[in-house]
Amino acid sequence: MTALVEMRGITKRFPGVLANDHVDFVLEAGEIHALLGENGAGKTTLMNILYGLYQPDEGVIYVKGKPAIIHSPHDAIQLGIGMVHQHFQLVPTFSVAENIVLGLPSRREPFLESRRQVHQRIAEVSRAYGLTVDPSCPVWQLSVGEQQRVEILKALYRGATVLILDEPTAVLTPQECERLFDTLLALVQSGKSVIFISHKLDEVMAISHRVTVLRDGRVVGTARTQDISKQELARMMVGREMRPIEKPPAAPAGPVIELHDIWAHDDRGLPALRSVSLQVHAGEILGIAGVDGNGQAELEEVLTGLRRPSRGRYLLAGQNVTHASARELFAAGLAHIPADRNRFGMVADMTLAENSILGMEGQPPFTRLGMLRYREMEGHCSRLIHEYDIRAPGPAAFAGTLSGGNAQKLILAREISRRPKALVAAQPTRGLDIGATEYVRRKLLEQRQRGCAVLLISTELEEILALSDRIAVIYEGQIVGMVDPACVDIEQLGLMMAGAVKEVCELPPRMPAGPEGNPIEGRRP
Amino acid sequence: MTQRAALSTTGQRPSTAMSLLLKGSPILAVILALLLGALIIAAVGVSPLAAYQAMVKGAFGSPRALTQASLRAVPLLLISLGLVLAFRSRIWNIGAEGQLYMGAWAAALFALSFPDLPPALMLMGLLLVGFAGGALWGLVPALLRAYLGANEIVTSLLLNYVAIFWVSYQVRLPMKDPTSFLPQSAVLPASASLPVLPGTRLHMGVILGLILVPAIAFILWKTPLGYRLRVVGSNPNAARFAGINVPLHIIIVMVISGGLAGIAGMIEVAGVHHRLIQDISPGFGFTAIVVALLGQLHPAGALLAAYFFASLVIGADSMQRIVGLPVALTEVIQALVVLFVLASEAFRRRVRRVVG
Amino acid sequence: MSWDSLLQTAFIISLITSGIRLAVPVLLAVLGEIITERAGVQNLGLEGIMALGAFAGFAAAFTTGSGIIGLLAGVLAGMLLGLLMGYFAVTLKVNQVIAGISLVLLGQGSANFFYRQIFGVSQRPPRIAGLPEVPIPFLADIPYLGGILFRHNIAVYFTVLLVVIVWVLLFGTTWGLKVRAVGEHPSAADTSGVDVAGIRYACTILGAAFAGLGGAVLSVAQMKLFTENMVAGRGWIAIALVIFSRWHPGLALAGAVLFGLADALQFRFQALGFEAVPYEFLLMLPYILTIVVLLAGGRRGAAPAALGIPYEKE
Repeated sequence: MTALVEMRGITKRFPGVLANDHVDFVLEAGEIHALLGENGAGKTTLMNILYGLYQPDEGVIYVKGKPAIIHSPHDAIQLGIGMVHQHFQLVPTFSVAENIVLGLPSRREPFLESRRQVHQRIAEVSRAYGLTVDPSCPVWQLSVGEQQRVEILKALYRGATVLILDEPTAVLTPQECERLFDTLLALVQSGKSVIFISHKLDEVMAISHRVTVLRDGRVVGTARTQDISKQELARMMVGREMRPIEKPPAAPAGPVIELHDIWAHDDRGLPALRSVSLQVHAGEILGIAGVDGNGQAELEEVLTGLRRPSRGRYLLAGQNVTHASARELFAAGLAHIPADRNRFGMVADMTLAENSILGMEGQPPFTRLGMLRYREMEGHCSRLIHEYDIRAPGPAAFAGTLSGGNAQKLILAREISRRPKALVAAQPTRGLDIGATEYVRRKLLEQRQRGCAVLLISTELEEILALSDRIAVIYEGQIVGMVDPACVDIEQLGLMMAGAVKEVCELPPRMPAGPEGNPIEGRRP
Repeated sequence: MTQRAALSTTGQRPSTAMSLLLKGSPILAVILALLLGALIIAAVGVSPLAAYQAMVKGAFGSPRALTQASLRAVPLLLISLGLVLAFRSRIWNIGAEGQLYMGAWAAALFALSFPDLPPALMLMGLLLVGFAGGALWGLVPALLRAYLGANEIVTSLLLNYVAIFWVSYQVRLPMKDPTSFLPQSAVLPASASLPVLPGTRLHMGVILGLILVPAIAFILWKTPLGYRLRVVGSNPNAARFAGINVPLHIIIVMVISGGLAGIAGMIEVAGVHHRLIQDISPGFGFTAIVVALLGQLHPAGALLAAYFFASLVIGADSMQRIVGLPVALTEVIQALVVLFVLASEAFRRRVRRVVG
Repeated sequence: MSWDSLLQTAFIISLITSGIRLAVPVLLAVLGEIITERAGVQNLGLEGIMALGAFAGFAAAFTTGSGIIGLLAGVLAGMLLGLLMGYFAVTLKVNQVIAGISLVLLGQGSANFFYRQIFGVSQRPPRIAGLPEVPIPFLADIPYLGGILFRHNIAVYFTVLLVVIVWVLLFGTTWGLKVRAVGEHPSAADTSGVDVAGIRYACTILGAAFAGLGGAVLSVAQMKLFTENMVAGRGWIAIALVIFSRWHPGLALAGAVLFGLADALQFRFQALGFEAVPYEFLLMLPYILTIVVLLAGGRRGAAPAALGIPYEKE
């Protein structure tokens, strides 16, 4: 085999971070090469350099033996390199075909080619690799799996011989993953090469020929997959053993969050939640499992007062809060860790002290006689920084200067400091490194021990399984089943997440002595 | 960025070296704008030195000039203080000109309708009515934005023209002084004249402006309302997350900033012209936008910037008399000042990114 | 005059004819801004660009005696300010609202400054010949319609042609596809090999060129002189009409003609000494109509998703 792509001594610095430190990476023709590492190890940065989105501070790249200067994605495309990003780079209002030909010269310059011609050529490529998709369909109407197919098609249509896929399975069900893997194998068989970025050991073992492990921006090693064990890879990736989370037995009490037949629309006015009914009890964690985009965002918003349900009833600690505002829900004892923490959780150009009281600014002790009290604010913030081991210069620092993990810790600290009755935590560990992830998970369990009702929304199946006392599976806005993490089989869960099976293992509520022990939810009309 | 600079001056102590740099940049922008202005002056064949000399002398050379500049600064200051609140909440009120006209009209109407009120009541009434006139005019774009999602930049601006034509109509027909040939209202009763500081020509508006500077700073940094406005302006999503009623805050901000512009109009009527005239404002509402920006959206900064721009205009008058350069040059210099402020902020952001 | 005379055919025909003529400057600015905003840059400086375009057009036409050269000068002035806006919005990535507002001041201020400096102030401002009327053979002789549609100066025909050109450019060419992608999802365009900054610069300059031309048409073809504040809010009206048009050249034509008719009505009523309504209310009409039309356009649903947001590579 010959080296198709060779990256030598690649170094990339960002302010305060050394993202890639003299990284060597070699892709051979006809292989699936996995790039393994935990969040923040520098995998995506390295591939963005290969795709021309970043320029390396040091190092050289050879493509087919020749030194290559890749200033932009345009150059990369010319060299036959294509990339499917983790966040899809498709224009939602454009059709599939428009997305595919975007940026390419047409045969009728300066005019666009006829739709028929383009569709025909797309059909040829999609038939060759089994990537079926309707070229005239607007992208926003496609499922996540279909959008991924469009991305792959787009790269192939541009004549890519090297395909980079960044965490391609993060948004797929286990079944869709299988289908993706089949496509990748077909690609390799037809002579193309694939770079597969992942932090999941199982899929790396399953699909790759070789694997390169990155940690803290450095290469830990490269090996043929068949020569190395999962345990060895895990050690290389993490550098230390991850402590399994100890989970004391649950002691659930009465229901705190109760949803009855909740319906809601998304921003486009399409039904997003369809008759969702569920209960979260004091002292338990209810996990919401599901593939991204099945109504989790809308569920989070309805629960926290950011979206009005069109139908149904929502009770918090017995109080009807169906039409309550976010502020009223805060007052009623709800805390919220938002999925998109940069957009919702923090105000980047206000200080940590000011951020540490967001949502509590009008209340004592932070406001007395109509005046804000900075001393109280700063004291509160210092306590949180100390207690939660937040790496920050101090309460006067601006929130925008915090790293992702520390920002999340501050949000967590702020929300927990309100001693809530119920906590809605959405994707609480997304993008965090292993240390911060462990910390956040332990804190969520602490809240459960304290008697808080925790609703955990996560697309990380492993996280749901590790933390939840009960798991509700959401699919296309419906709760399609309620399962016990102790007795669940991943295959079944996957099928439920894909909408193929409903209510596999109906779980009775764990209500030891609840006064109104009505059987639980999870059923569609 | 501007928030950072501003915060640093109210004792919330962010890093000192950086905040010194930040405070320096508006001055640098002014210098650069004046230099570029000199180039333009030279290009039309006039000596920049002579032009600026005439300008400085006209603006600072006599007590009379200083008084004139102070009086000219009052409407700029009042309006820009309101705009500081608005822009910090990222509500782009560029309808202050119209709000000023409506405040002026309401005040004149009030004074002419109740000429027999005792002075104290008259002044209270003028203040209230002037505020209400501007506030109601500001409320229109606020409601359209808050509940119909209409772009307040466009609506507030278009309403300027409506207000200006409304005042033209009022002084041409219903409120016209029958004894005059000009389109203007009758002279207001003596009780509606703003009291003057003893020994000067400075009217009460100067005091009002000076009181409002710390008042607006207090609202911004010492009250929950100010906190919420800053959250709404910096991150509207976080505001929603924190349960802040965003439409309500849009309305509050537009009422305050419209009201302050209305008071500026009232002051022009009751303190300067003593009647309602057709062109009550030479574009105060627009200049105040530049004032607020040059002042780094800080009340104290607005005070300095208002006085600076007022002097610029007063100076330009004598520049026009002495070296014959059109006053419109001040508009060019104002625009250049903002552009340089913007550019220096952008460069600083870049430096910060590189330094880390 | 009486209500009857308003309904006479001659009056209506002349009203529509001048409505179309008056729509041209605004329509040009709207078309330009549609291109700019489709690429994700919001240029609020139209009012100033039109002012400078009006001055440059007048000055060039006055010096050379050629209306066409005047129009070209307007285009050039617009491109200059467009380049400046592009530099601030694309390269410096500053707040586009503030940059746009300062562009208004800069354009108006420099137009007024240079006019006063060069032409001075007088009771009888200098005038220019303007553009000749070019009746289109045969078509111009059609009763009613001929006068309304086919007896105009060349700028009117050219603007109508531009509606079609912009339409085809945005929706029928590979370049237009790139423009729309850059305005909707710049990072998707970037990863597809599109030069985001280049497209944004091009669209900002092109859009401003249109606005500059609009200003020049105002001074060269319509008023045949230059006065301070002659743009009188047309730049802002154009921005409102962009929203009304849902960023589409076809609806822009409709919106601009509506504005032109309101403007023409106002002029006619004033000229005829129509006393039933004070003329100030007629003057308000186009502005109020624009606000109403803006509300009818609805929320920002159709706006390019990345409008006004600088593109930062992540």
